[in-house]
Amino acid sequence: MAAKATLGDTQLRKNVRHATEVIQNKRARVVAEMPDWQQLRESGKQIREHAMANLDYYLEEFERNCTRAGGKVHWARDGEEAKRIVTALVKEYALPQNPEVIKIKSMTTEEIHLNLALEAAGIKAYETDLAELIIQLGHDQPSHIVVPALHKNRQQIREIFQREMNLPELGEKPQDLADAARRFLREKFLRVNTAVSGANFLIAETGSVCIVESEGNGRMCLTLPDTLITIAGIDKILPRYQDLEVMLQLLPRSATGERMNPYNSLWTGVCPGDGPKNFHVVLMDNARTAVLTDGEGRQTLNCIRCAACQNACPVYRQTGGHAYGSVYAGPIGAILTPQLQQLHHAQTLPYASSLCGACYEVCPVKINIPEVLIHLRNKVVKQKGPLNPEALAMKTAGAIFKSERRFRAAQRLGRIAETPLVGKDGWIGWLPGMLGGWTQVRDLREMPKETFREWWEKRGKRGN
Amino acid sequence: MHWNTGYQAEALPLVGRFVEQFRHAEAVVVPSSSCVAMMRDHYPKMAEELGDRKLMAEVAGLLPRVYEFSEFLTRRLGLTDIGAYYPHRVTYHASCHGLRNLGLGDGPMSLLRAVRGIDLVQIENMEQCCGFGGTFAVKNADVSSAMLAEKTTAVLNTGAEACTACDNSCLMHIQGALHRQRTGVRTVHLAEILAGAEGDVL
Repeated sequence: MAAKATLGDTQLRKNVRHATEVIQNKRARVVAEMPDWQQLRESGKQIREHAMANLDYYLEEFERNCTRAGGKVHWARDGEEAKRIVTALVKEYALPQNPEVIKIKSMTTEEIHLNLALEAAGIKAYETDLAELIIQLGHDQPSHIVVPALHKNRQQIREIFQREMNLPELGEKPQDLADAARRFLREKFLRVNTAVSGANFLIAETGSVCIVESEGNGRMCLTLPDTLITIAGIDKILPRYQDLEVMLQLLPRSATGERMNPYNSLWTGVCPGDGPKNFHVVLMDNARTAVLTDGEGRQTLNCIRCAACQNACPVYRQTGGHAYGSVYAGPIGAILTPQLQQLHHAQTLPYASSLCGACYEVCPVKINIPEVLIHLRNKVVKQKGPLNPEALAMKTAGAIFKSERRFRAAQRLGRIAETPLVGKDGWIGWLPGMLGGWTQVRDLREMPKETFREWWEKRGKRGN
Repeated sequence: MHWNTGYQAEALPLVGRFVEQFRHAEAVVVPSSSCVAMMRDHYPKMAEELGDRKLMAEVAGLLPRVYEFSEFLTRRLGLTDIGAYYPHRVTYHASCHGLRNLGLGDGPMSLLRAVRGIDLVQIENMEQCCGFGGTFAVKNADVSSAMLAEKTTAVLNTGAEACTACDNSCLMHIQGALHRQRTGVRTVHLAEILAGAEGDVL
């Protein structure tokens, strides 16, 4: 984890603390008013589990129904294939002299770095979500799944807008900033004829796609252009239209602390004279089926990207999202990214947690994130093999814990070994090697002169 | 420690060892909520993983008799007032595993409220992790330290003389920083407070 640098950025830490606290408090209020919240979570979990267990069936059902309604479905094995498909589609539909697209906020396109691929093909992509716009203009990376510019405060955003929109006189009131973004974006909405979106949900039963948002900029992208290209991970599927009843209660309350999202868009294929004439959906695997084969890890795919776990996480609270070095940050990122990359990278991510369980407590679909973290740690340990200092220390400790004789001997030996480190006051202020992390800000009390076992045995002899 | 760090193979034999040691006990009282959480959340699965049917049955039989310390008093014995005396200002840190895995709820606080002479003060971020997390404290020492700094700041803000909890690992962690900063604030396990009686020098 690249946490050292971000921990030194006091402004960033204040921004992250403030923003996550505000969202957490809003969430807590709107969750508390739901008498059936725990049942809703259970329903959400079961719907998602069922969908993932029958993914092949529901994806094909979605394809049939979407195609029947006039949409065109594409299948992409990985990010590269998805980018090739989207790039080719944009080239087909966008204005040839100046190919441009407007984009709805989408973590899936961030996952595969779609904008870079479009840029390489000479296509300009404009992010239209306010926070994504801030990220794009600031040449930055999202640090949060729902609120990607959460690490920036108002003054920092004003500075970016002043520079990138050439507005030296811009004020710092929220209205000033929203006004500037509106003027900047309106012109794109009216000019650009192709849009790229992600998806919150794909409904197998009807072939519909659902996007929820707060600003209405997504709605603009979904309705104004001639062509709409949606790119979605295959995990976004819901079996039935009615499943939205559960999801649209869980998602907004968990994500932004709202009872309902201000904009809920649902569309099915194309409709002559209304909205885009051409509609394409790219269904992308990008290692999701590999995750599905892992009995313990597969619950990760149930995620509906609400980011409640990020807001609740005490690690994320300190470091913000960039320290994770992963598009998906926070607890869900710590289990999703290593699995999507099949542990080739991101071997440290499963360790970016104290396993406090706050993420599991707030997860609207009850993903047991600590359990998956432990499962992934085991995989990392197996990959690293037995010949490193940590593995050897663990093996030794395991052997000691297994035997009473060895345990007693280790306690005696420990008391002798610590002697040179213990100060006059009975405290240790410096430890060597791996344990040095402890003593960088903490002391450690010396081992007690009498162990619990010794005390218990003496007590037994006295008979009281 | 082994299980949570990813050393499952090293952790598995310890299940059999635990059963062997405690199979005849009427009740097993554990002064550390994370240890109880380890047993309840993982031992049944671990025994299953070993493919040992006898061990699975023994684990299933023993676990209902395993109690976290405050749980033993409030739920098994039905006590809240045990006649303790502790004339100090105290704040309580709700350890993650006790709070979320064991669902201790108000149990430890109800025991503390009944203590004579105690001045119990609420800590601001009671339910926030102190940053220990086992090997996390050394593997991600910088982040752990930042989390710990928030916790100790909150402890100091209460003006308490002592911070208590139902988990020795959190207490060792919090105590480590309180001592390093020479704050003069100590940590005490809930059991130590409840062991106090009038007339003792506390």
